[in-house]
Amino acid sequence: MTDRIARRNILNNVMLTLTGLCALLTASILILILGFLVWNGWRSLNWNFFTKLPLSAGESGGGMANAIVGSGILILISIVIGVPVGFLGGVYLAEFGGKTVPMLVRYTADLLNGVPSIVIGIFAWTVIVVRSHHFSAWAGGIALSLMMIPIGLRSTEQFLRAVPNSLREGSLALGASKTRTIMTVIVPAAKQGILTGMILGVARIAGETAPLLFTSFNNQFWSNKLGEPTASLPFMIYYFAVSPYEDWHRQAWAAGLVLLVLVLLANIAARWVLARGVSVQRG
Amino acid sequence: MGTAVIAAPPQSRARKLVKLWRDGDQVAHLVTFLFAASVFLVTVVLVYELWIHSGPSRAKFGFSFLWKTTWDPVALQFGALPFIYGTVLTSFLALLISVPLGVGAAIFLAELAGPRTSNSCTFLVELLAAVPSVIYGLLAIFTLVPLLRQYGEPFLKRTLGFLPLFQGPAYGVGYLTAALILSIMTFPFIISISRESLLAVPREQREAALALGATKWESTWQVVVPYARLGIIGSVFLALARALGETMAVTMVIGNDTAIHTSLLAPGYTIAAIIANEFTEATGDVYLSSLIELGLVLFGLTMVLNASAQLLILATTRRGSKQE
Repeated sequence: MTDRIARRNILNNVMLTLTGLCALLTASILILILGFLVWNGWRSLNWNFFTKLPLSAGESGGGMANAIVGSGILILISIVIGVPVGFLGGVYLAEFGGKTVPMLVRYTADLLNGVPSIVIGIFAWTVIVVRSHHFSAWAGGIALSLMMIPIGLRSTEQFLRAVPNSLREGSLALGASKTRTIMTVIVPAAKQGILTGMILGVARIAGETAPLLFTSFNNQFWSNKLGEPTASLPFMIYYFAVSPYEDWHRQAWAAGLVLLVLVLLANIAARWVLARGVSVQRG
Repeated sequence: MGTAVIAAPPQSRARKLVKLWRDGDQVAHLVTFLFAASVFLVTVVLVYELWIHSGPSRAKFGFSFLWKTTWDPVALQFGALPFIYGTVLTSFLALLISVPLGVGAAIFLAELAGPRTSNSCTFLVELLAAVPSVIYGLLAIFTLVPLLRQYGEPFLKRTLGFLPLFQGPAYGVGYLTAALILSIMTFPFIISISRESLLAVPREQREAALALGATKWESTWQVVVPYARLGIIGSVFLALARALGETMAVTMVIGNDTAIHTSLLAPGYTIAAIIANEFTEATGDVYLSSLIELGLVLFGLTMVLNASAQLLILATTRRGSKQE
């Protein structure tokens, strides 16, 4: 009997220690690789990286100014398309929808959210690149917006639904129309949450590479028009990392660090906005 | 809208429009409906476009596309099996590593660690889920690949080399490397969703098990984990869907070989990787549409997995909240 209890206690201790080791191992792997990225990226980062164009293979120096601007343009296009669709669609789901349509939209949004990014790339290619015969910033931005819409839509819906019904009733009882209620009462009450969702959406697409491979493609120079192939940071990281040149590898590390910092900052900002919103509502 | 407009005193057309807009619930309804419907429409068009553009390949190869093993752009013979094999193999291996570690870590974070450790660890893990895949690829190329080539793969060959799984030259790139990077990329999903499912298990379940004399581990493993199992399985499905569709990191380390190899050390290919590598260079209808059909196959695979994952997660969270 005591033997059995001792065995159970040993098993208990062993297994609990193992789970702790699992946590430690996963956390340390992740911290290690990130530390390595920061270390390598920091060594490779210099002022030229932000101000110069990439040089041709073999030459050392040069930077990724065009890719930084290009990424900005692509993200801007996807925000311009993705935020309104996500937001207004979410308002419909939470405030206007009946039964069937919201269910269908919700289901397809979840579906779209799970579509592999490379397939989104193919889709944007068939719809835009094939028809316009050009790789373009448009195609890339639209591909990215497709990845952003489901996140914006579902988070808008979720946070609007979380607004207490008494607020809606109060506003309607004062004689405000439904639209006015939504615009001046419900959306402001949920704005932190909605903003968080949108920032997370942007953070997700900012680092996406696969949808850009055959939509916005790449450009060694400045792109003057949205109808031209456009360089972007993620594409450059991929392109430079698989190249055989030492100097390009260095640039890839620097670009990786810049991209990572941007994405992580966006994520932390999103959490911060949400946390602040919650405390305001509670207070 | 109707009554508001009728009841209003006679107005100029422009003012009527302004009024209509201001408290025009119907207009708002319509506008928001159109935006919501566009999401549905885009998804339908996406499937339609994939279907139409894979037409030449479907017409030429039929279902044999799925199990043919040749990939010959010169002779225009295309089969998907090497890529399906590579995709499924790398994802499966990745989960083999990340599920035990991830669930173990989730148990630790949900059951043992104090709330502060647990929350800060989860915060870290969730940030890691946001790291772009191309960055994982970059890290894999310059750290994992050389390490595996120099130490990892020679070691595996020395110790387990009698198995057909660990034979052939150590390139550093290949199925094993892709699986390792995928396992690192899927940790965060498994940990954060499993942890949430575990936390949703009612306290009484633990207390009842402990009161009956179970050790902490027994209560966790025999009561709490089974209670949360659907959510945990859901997280695994989600991670699997993620791994199957993962493109950049895998493309950078898979080795790009269109043949099927038994050895895990050999270079291979996945569906997403071959699309990424060959799409812009593909010439001719059949070649291009074969690549698009591969995209369709990938889409189908991840769709089924995602749907099942969502159902499972929904089932657990519902049940958990009901009994709270």
